[in-house]
Amino acid sequence: MTNGWIDIKNTDMMLIMGGNPAENHPCGFKWPIEAKLHRNAKMIVVDPRLTRTAATADLFLQIRAGTDIAFLGGLINYAIQNSRLAHDYLLNYTNAAFIIKEGFKLPDDGLYSGFDPATKVYDKSSWNYEEGGDMTGKAAAATALTGAAPAQHQPHTSDTASGQGHQAGGPMGAKGTGGAVPPPMLPPKVAYDLSLQHPRCVFQLLKKQYERYTPEMVERITGIPKDQFLKAADLYTSVRKDGDMKKVSTIIYAVGWTQHSFGTQIIRTAAMLQLLLGNVGRAGGGVNALRGHSNIQGATDMAGVFDILPGYLKMPNPTDTDFAAYLKRITPTAAKPDPWDSFNYWSNTPKFATSFLKAMYGPAATKDNDWAFNYLPKIDRNYSWVNIWNDMYEGKIKGIFAFGMNGVMIGPDSQKNIDALKKADWLVVCEIYPDETSEFWRAPGITPEELKKINTTVYRLPGAGFAEKDGTFVNSARWLQWKNVALPPPGLAKVDQEILATIFLKVRELYRKEGGKFPDPILNAWFPYTDPKNPSLAELAKEINGKALADLTDPNPKTGLTLKAGQQLPGFAWLKDDGTTLAGNWLYCGSWTEAGAMIQRRGTDDPSGLGIYPNWAWSWPMNRRVMYNRASCDPSGKPWDPERRQIWWDESKQSWGGNDIPDFKADSAPKDHMGPFIMNPEGVGRLFVPLGAMADGPFPEYYEPIESPIANPLHPNQTNNPVVKKYKTDMDKYGTPDQGYNVVCTTYRLTEHYHYWTKNNPMNVELVPEPFIEVPFELADRMGLRGGEKVKVTSARSHYIAKAMVTRRIKPMKIDGKETFQIGIPIHWGFRGIAEDADKTAKTLANQLTPTVIDPNAFTPEFKGFLVKIEKA
Amino acid sequence: MSDRKTLQIKQISAHPGPIPGLGVQRDLEVCKLVDTTTCIGCKACEVACVEWNDMPFAETTFDNTYQTMPETRWNFWNLIKFNEHQREDGTIQWLMRKDQCMHCADPGCLRACPADGAIVQYANGIVDFNQENCIGCEFCVSGCPYNIPKFNKETKKVYKCTLCSDRVGQGLEPACIKACPTGCLKFGSKEDMKMIAESRAAQLREHFGYENAGVYDPQSIGGTHVIYVLHDATQPELYGGLPKNPQIPWSYTVWKWLFKPVLGAFSMLGLVGVLLHYVTVGPRRPQPEPPKKED
Repeated sequence: MTNGWIDIKNTDMMLIMGGNPAENHPCGFKWPIEAKLHRNAKMIVVDPRLTRTAATADLFLQIRAGTDIAFLGGLINYAIQNSRLAHDYLLNYTNAAFIIKEGFKLPDDGLYSGFDPATKVYDKSSWNYEEGGDMTGKAAAATALTGAAPAQHQPHTSDTASGQGHQAGGPMGAKGTGGAVPPPMLPPKVAYDLSLQHPRCVFQLLKKQYERYTPEMVERITGIPKDQFLKAADLYTSVRKDGDMKKVSTIIYAVGWTQHSFGTQIIRTAAMLQLLLGNVGRAGGGVNALRGHSNIQGATDMAGVFDILPGYLKMPNPTDTDFAAYLKRITPTAAKPDPWDSFNYWSNTPKFATSFLKAMYGPAATKDNDWAFNYLPKIDRNYSWVNIWNDMYEGKIKGIFAFGMNGVMIGPDSQKNIDALKKADWLVVCEIYPDETSEFWRAPGITPEELKKINTTVYRLPGAGFAEKDGTFVNSARWLQWKNVALPPPGLAKVDQEILATIFLKVRELYRKEGGKFPDPILNAWFPYTDPKNPSLAELAKEINGKALADLTDPNPKTGLTLKAGQQLPGFAWLKDDGTTLAGNWLYCGSWTEAGAMIQRRGTDDPSGLGIYPNWAWSWPMNRRVMYNRASCDPSGKPWDPERRQIWWDESKQSWGGNDIPDFKADSAPKDHMGPFIMNPEGVGRLFVPLGAMADGPFPEYYEPIESPIANPLHPNQTNNPVVKKYKTDMDKYGTPDQGYNVVCTTYRLTEHYHYWTKNNPMNVELVPEPFIEVPFELADRMGLRGGEKVKVTSARSHYIAKAMVTRRIKPMKIDGKETFQIGIPIHWGFRGIAEDADKTAKTLANQLTPTVIDPNAFTPEFKGFLVKIEKA
Repeated sequence: MSDRKTLQIKQISAHPGPIPGLGVQRDLEVCKLVDTTTCIGCKACEVACVEWNDMPFAETTFDNTYQTMPETRWNFWNLIKFNEHQREDGTIQWLMRKDQCMHCADPGCLRACPADGAIVQYANGIVDFNQENCIGCEFCVSGCPYNIPKFNKETKKVYKCTLCSDRVGQGLEPACIKACPTGCLKFGSKEDMKMIAESRAAQLREHFGYENAGVYDPQSIGGTHVIYVLHDATQPELYGGLPKNPQIPWSYTVWKWLFKPVLGAFSMLGLVGVLLHYVTVGPRRPQPEPPKKED
């Protein structure tokens, strides 16, 4: 979340889409309700079915699963056509005025400039800013859009002047491993047109891009009737009616947006809409991802993803022959209009990376050995989720550790995962219940003869449940919250860190005794814990925060503060690239300081009344509750809405301050025109994403899901995302309407169950006892199907059998003139659990249906919006 | 409401004499407010009720709905009723209403009950069943306009929501209220709850386009100690059959004022019979103990 759960109470307007918070985040949903009760806030819910969230909405629109970009693109078009825009915000805080290089082409035919059909990869060199200066008035006469004059032009004095340009490398380190050709750079001085009239300025290109997303086109693609779409568009953009900047609207989403072959681009479209409306950085605004597990945010922050290191540092790849080359590749330099300033916070990357290496390898990381940079693995290819299983299926991966997840149930194409495990040599599962992964060999359809041929050795480790371990959860609002143990683990069960440390120490012992190809990273890994066999999580949390390795003085000379060697660091501004600091994750620096465990704080004061609660737990970065909060003020530093004051510029103190911690350079005066989006080298929000940061286009374009009932009405010859690659094993099958797969299917969770383990708890089972499939009343009527009767849903991959829930909450749709039905399947049931063990279910898995196809940016599978056929079972 | 005064008894089923202490102490009447317009059907109240009251898990079966079971059971007192309602313009409303004992001001169950002390109404408005005195006649079941009391065939007693009189008596809110994540459930004095409910209904009418939003507190039974905010108070039936104008069967009114004393006299005859039996047959002899099983 850019904002936080509680902050939702400050909003005037909510768009909830790609998420179902009432069902999947019921405790957080109190805040949308608060906004309704206390601000008369309106709620628009867009979903494939009328959910329990939609039940409380002021306006509900039923959308075809996977067509979100068409809907959001339609909203962008509506906002531009009706001048429902935050003009000053757009001009000063986004790259709307930046001019794009000649040679860049919009995807009228479905393809941006630079596409290579043979490799299905874009050459992104034309997706870049033009180098130059002020082009205002040079393309056309300035128009009314330049409401406020930008800040005075003056030479900037920041440390960004010496920039050599940078490679805006993709989110994935492994990209661009091709060879010695230097990757394209962003120009340090970007050409711009403050009148926004230049035909190649971002705003004009954006306008042209989304002109095609007319209400009629939205209706053809999404199935939302034009009049309903217009009602929603008018309502959502009404916060900027007549140029008013006081009101704020928020967008709330979850995995209904991420789980598509263009998921990242859906979220980008939402971010662009929020930038156009000036909603980012403001109380009650933002783009808010609801994380689906109690600690999935923490897992991401701590690099539970293959292509990043903790704190979102990019993973090294084989071209990074030394630390300097790695830092050069991943450290951006500022790229902006010359008179503007840019904090470019990622310019501190060397400090973060060096401190991380000191945390990993301790005394073994020295200046002479490049801080042990070469101990880090270099990723040579894509090791994301679906690829791991594909590699195992192809026999390339021989074993897997499964902790805290049920890989067979997760899918996609669970049968492929089951078959992959059959080929593995070994499998280690740490769980609290017998689950489908540790018992994959009991999957339905495996005969006794086949069972004899499965040679996978399965090790089951008794894990501890969430109430049996202490530690932190990082919630959607980026809060690190400490929790205590409620119960000791039963029997032989052990906490994760004890299991992992025991394995690590054993492996290290083996390397010490027997040697190996490159034992140094294992032998020299720093493991300085009081009890190495069971490190305390408090000790680890302190290490992640970081400490001084030598006596230090505050980088801000005004404070005169000093730290002794060994003391906890107060924040990431103290980090150094000379080996005198250590921090496991720079982003968490400040969470456990000399003043104590910030993450254990329980202060309930909220002086501003905005729900900031600055003394409750701790949120990254630096306890800021709303990110980019500089944008909550106008260019002169005054809050857009005096009623919801987050931070502001104090002229007398010459500094930023207020109710929240400024997400900004505290002494940067408004006249210097430093951009509020300090993590971008431009300092501004990106409507257009230059260079390689996105694999599939600088603007989001609507593509159909890989399995879709129609050809893309925007460009029928380029229906799907052009850079998406399909998998090629015999298991990877994709269905088409011609083969009879003509019903759109989506998957989801229920309030009453949590993923794949509450099916073992009698109370949850009492609330929803059996699997079911939600079927529209009209479709059931045509099939002669009644509620409670069994149905069989078949995709190109497998089938799923459960009882039908016949409902009017999913209606038939007209998609490009064709009547289309949509069904929905909750994901919770498998072949182990109370109902399953009692033979009350067909023991099929919802994810046996889902396709192996992934988003090219985040590599998330397309669990939502695939094709099936349905029949009575 | 935090002391035992709230559990001052106001009415007792089938009790001939005066109510002990009545009129001596006065206190606020309590009330549960259920705002159906902000209920998300999460069932946290269902779970809280089962857990607080230590009820055994019940087996359920899929029934083409999100609703846990068709109606409340003797061991499941709090049930969210899910109803799909198609409006005239074709749009669908998914209505969720927490169903439980309404704690009527004029409780039909209590009127119907022939067993002295099986049902009491406290001065704070809570209607509570005392299973020790219940004779299992199930008259309360037919006396209730909301189909709430449920008979347990094994114990031969009737059970229902107590409005957590054990918690309320100690100054706590009922378990369902505590568990509610959205705040659609509130608990307090009847006066306060009525005020909050009315202002919410006014907000729904003025700002959210629900012209018929209103509060359900039916006067035909003297009002209830559970009140609802409804999107459309003119059609309470849509919310899982909430009666618009709940009535206690007339026979129970007659029963209470006319037949109860007469039948009471008959029951005295029964006692006389017992006495005669004792005199003529003698006391009950001890039964041989069943053989103990080895553990």
